[in-house]
Amino acid sequence: MLPLAGSLLAGLFGRQIGRAGAHWVTILAVAGSFALSSVVAWEVFFNDLPTMNYSVYTWAVVDGFQFEIGFLIDSLTALMMVVVTFVSLMVHIYTVGYMHDDAGYQRFFAFINLFTFAMLMLVMANNFLQLFFGWEAVGLVSYLLIGFWFKKESAVKANLKAFLVNRGGDFGLILGVAAVAYYMGSLDYAQVFEAVPAVAGQQMSVFGGVEWSVMTFICICLFIGAMGKSAQAPLHVWLPDSMEGPTPISALIHAATMVTAGIFMVARLSPMFEQSATALSFILVIGAFTALFLGLIGIVQNDIKRVVAYSTLSQLGYMTVALGVSAYSVAIFHLMTHAFFKALLFLGAGSVIIALHHKQDMREMGGLARYMPITAATAWLGSLALIGFPFFSGFYSKDMIIEAVKASDRAGTGFATFAVMAGVVVTAMYTFRMLYLTFHGTTRMDEHTRSHAHESPWVVTVPLILLAIPSVAIGYLTIEPLLFGGALADAITVLPANDVVAKLSEKFHGAFAFGIHGFVTPVFWLAMLGVAISTYVYLFNTQVAAVAKARFHWIWRLLDNKYGFDVFYQKGIAGGALMLAGGLSKWADGRLIDNALVNGCARMVGQCASLVRRLQTGFVFHYAFSMIIGLVALLAAFAWLR
Amino acid sequence: MFEWPLLSLLIWLPLATAVLVVFLGQSFETLVRPVALAGTLVVAALSVVLYLGFDSGTAAYQFEEKVAWIETFSVYYHLGIDGLALPLILLTNLIGILVVIGGWAIKDRPHLYLAAFLVLQGLMVGVFAAMDAMLFYVFFEAMLVPMFLIIGIWGGPNRIYATVKFFLFTFFGSVFMLIALIWMYLEGGSFQITDLHQLPIALNAQILIFLAFLIAFAVKIPMWPVHTWLPDAHVEAPTGGSVVLAAVMLKIGGYGLVRFSLPITPDAAATLDWLVIGLSLVAITYIGFVALAQSDMKKLIAYSSISHMGFVTLGLFLAFAIGRNSGEFAGAGLGISGAMVQMVSHGFISAAMFSAVGVLYDRVHSREISSYGGVANTMPWFAVFAVLFFMANSGLPGTSGFVGEFMVILASFHANVWFAFVAATTLLLGAAYSLWLVKRVFYGEVGNQSVAALKDINAREWVVLGTLAFFVIAVGVWPFPLIDMMEVSVSHLIDHILESKLK
Repeated sequence: MLPLAGSLLAGLFGRQIGRAGAHWVTILAVAGSFALSSVVAWEVFFNDLPTMNYSVYTWAVVDGFQFEIGFLIDSLTALMMVVVTFVSLMVHIYTVGYMHDDAGYQRFFAFINLFTFAMLMLVMANNFLQLFFGWEAVGLVSYLLIGFWFKKESAVKANLKAFLVNRGGDFGLILGVAAVAYYMGSLDYAQVFEAVPAVAGQQMSVFGGVEWSVMTFICICLFIGAMGKSAQAPLHVWLPDSMEGPTPISALIHAATMVTAGIFMVARLSPMFEQSATALSFILVIGAFTALFLGLIGIVQNDIKRVVAYSTLSQLGYMTVALGVSAYSVAIFHLMTHAFFKALLFLGAGSVIIALHHKQDMREMGGLARYMPITAATAWLGSLALIGFPFFSGFYSKDMIIEAVKASDRAGTGFATFAVMAGVVVTAMYTFRMLYLTFHGTTRMDEHTRSHAHESPWVVTVPLILLAIPSVAIGYLTIEPLLFGGALADAITVLPANDVVAKLSEKFHGAFAFGIHGFVTPVFWLAMLGVAISTYVYLFNTQVAAVAKARFHWIWRLLDNKYGFDVFYQKGIAGGALMLAGGLSKWADGRLIDNALVNGCARMVGQCASLVRRLQTGFVFHYAFSMIIGLVALLAAFAWLR
Repeated sequence: MFEWPLLSLLIWLPLATAVLVVFLGQSFETLVRPVALAGTLVVAALSVVLYLGFDSGTAAYQFEEKVAWIETFSVYYHLGIDGLALPLILLTNLIGILVVIGGWAIKDRPHLYLAAFLVLQGLMVGVFAAMDAMLFYVFFEAMLVPMFLIIGIWGGPNRIYATVKFFLFTFFGSVFMLIALIWMYLEGGSFQITDLHQLPIALNAQILIFLAFLIAFAVKIPMWPVHTWLPDAHVEAPTGGSVVLAAVMLKIGGYGLVRFSLPITPDAAATLDWLVIGLSLVAITYIGFVALAQSDMKKLIAYSSISHMGFVTLGLFLAFAIGRNSGEFAGAGLGISGAMVQMVSHGFISAAMFSAVGVLYDRVHSREISSYGGVANTMPWFAVFAVLFFMANSGLPGTSGFVGEFMVILASFHANVWFAFVAATTLLLGAAYSLWLVKRVFYGEVGNQSVAALKDINAREWVVLGTLAFFVIAVGVWPFPLIDMMEVSVSHLIDHILESKLK
């Protein structure tokens, strides 16, 4: 059964277009693949199924390169498969309620089903070609889904932006893949990893004279791809805008799964990244920057989904930091816990949005806990997980990241330690600000909306509850096997010198002890500080926010403008490209080549012709004479050539 | 067993159908379209026979036919195909059917319109199948005539300027080719392409011949900076004309480089490859930017074609640079195969995009992007196809557009990091101009009255777009059959061009 499991999974997801039964078909398909993924995971984790690596068909054979389409099933893949299919299943069910009266109901289900297929292709790939295929395919579906409401101008702007910024990342990725093909001579993971030691010492010159380590070049190129997909600064700008899409996909694609593809890729390619300390430092710094500074923006956002989006950016930064210190398993651990609690928060936000008839501005919410108790309770659980309250899933993963950074001696850890510690305060602040503004305090919506506010139907609340369970418990249950039990050891390679997780294991005495200890760590008190600030400002003394905003206006401005990244891309890059395009089109192509050269030649020929017309005397001997001259000239030319 | 002269049938059957169609003329107008369609379908069926009978295990020419034609100058009617010609012949005959179906609604002298396309189709097959350089030249020139008429008679308001420009440009180029061919005949006494491949030539003569061929084929492809005829021709041409022009005629330039320039003058190609690579990279980026600035859909697609053909020329000429960079030639085949795949794939995608624009033009009579907006609201099925094709144009994996670009980028990395870097900008530029067009034309609220009145595609348009969509996806998901067809011929070509043939 098992060699077939992978291909069955993919086979289940044709793009099924049903009419009335669209959601049944798609939900059953995802449920089926979730069941199969669970079986695979069970076999891998409990029955010690050896790594499966097999190809399904040959995509092409060119010039000694064998391009195969195939699957690689090991612990990392199995874990990702379960996470992806579980969240996807929840989102499918939730969508029944959320998209209830949307005209594009079947289209939506077809897209999210297609997405699940693409994402599984990505995580199950056993080679770079298929990775790239899945990579772009999830990007495509993300594009289609952000622009799902294609009548909305802001939505189609956002989807174009998302696709193009991602393409910026893919630019790096494809160069990395090309470099892999050149230096390793294959695109198959297993063969590439075998070739890594041979390539590790090689140098290449990129800019004349400057020698680069080949591995550093490859890893940085590949990571640029990951920066696009996993929205790391400065390629993060598409993610907040992607919130224009329907909320279920914000949960599925832009929080739980697709954006973690970059994290997954680096973990998958750990044998390569391990060879380049420079690239890992680069990753560390980018991640730390993202974790802290993009989290800060979350504090000033008023759109409930955007707060969660900036929170996602910040958490992705945490994962990237973990990658940067070679704690790949910790990154994957955080990826998993984050997938659950962030999907929960997004779906909770969606539930609020349904109740308020698609209003997303938190300034018009407040006091909703009374009207929607289940949503509020699950949002609390998700938030506690997000800020890393002891015993919640986020606590285990985030604390492990912080510990890993402290234990590492890679260049850049000083900044990273500061960033991840400060990030804890920031996370707690924006999370509780959101909770208070939405569910507590005074109700600020208009009378009409309030009279309609009520708890969402069961198709919405059941996924919330089902997601809340792992958000709370998964960390406690899995930290030991995943990080210290070697469950991911067959998929992740860490050089002994870089192995921070091993250092941490000496201090680790079980999940319970770690949780108890969590109450006395500085990290916990930093989080409580953030909570306290938010509690004071947004629950008890709401004037403070306005005063602070006025007092520190420039900081607020800076955050509100998102450090100017958007403006820079919009005006600088997009505007610049269009200006260049217009200039080239009008001046170079239109005036210079077409008008001056081409039509100019034509005019010149025309003028010459009118001159030559006088030569057309009509006398035969004139013609005969010129023919002879021409012939002699040609013969002379040939003679010279020989 | 009696061997059918398959290639001759493929060439002359469309021509015979054309004659028949002209004679049916206006008196039996109802028969004109079915007869033309039947002709192209029979030709397509024969192409399938050709494909099935083709042995991809050898680089030798197959289905050869040789008859003396002008014996004094030892010109032969000599046909034959290898793995480089076959995919292009199949492409030509597929597009042939679609053009007839697509031109079903032409009201103005449909018999002549269809006849012109049938003639064109036969001649293009002739170009790909010719093994005699003179025969090639004859087909190459003759092909211009029907296209000249198609643009000149059924074209847009500025058609005369466009068609004259088209004709002069391409004619100007091919004269140089003729001179080169005659010179080589005087030198070697043969017009057989295979003989020319073996003819030893001194370097300076090789360089001149190479340049002569380059001018001829660069105009055809078209390469920067001799590309400006293409946007004009496309804008003025009727939909079918644009489809054939983009899908097949441009490929003849690329095919010429593979069949003539590389094998006949390999040493010159090795000396001057920087020129072609440089022009290709300029085409990919510069033309990509120019495409971004277009407000006319057909112009945008035309520029996009030039940019994509940059990958063809880049891929073809990477072999020597790869050799200089790494001392071995691993990856050279990747470049040439990638270029060939790119040609076929671009045949599908450009045909699809021009057909899509044709669908809109038939309804609204405007090519301006600004005349549209929100088309997806009124034509949902059409929007699905269009988004697929424009995505394919931006090189989405899983579509044919990705395969060739990917292979060429991999190959260019073997030659030089910066080649790959510049070539990869197409990921951004291609996506930018393709998807920006999609955004402006298909998304948003219904733009105006005429968009609001649009009806979704009919069965006929379904067939055309659906067939192309099938091939775009099939080649993207499983390019193996296509690549397998030409693999042996490509490696044979590489072995050949790496051997100096200096005198």
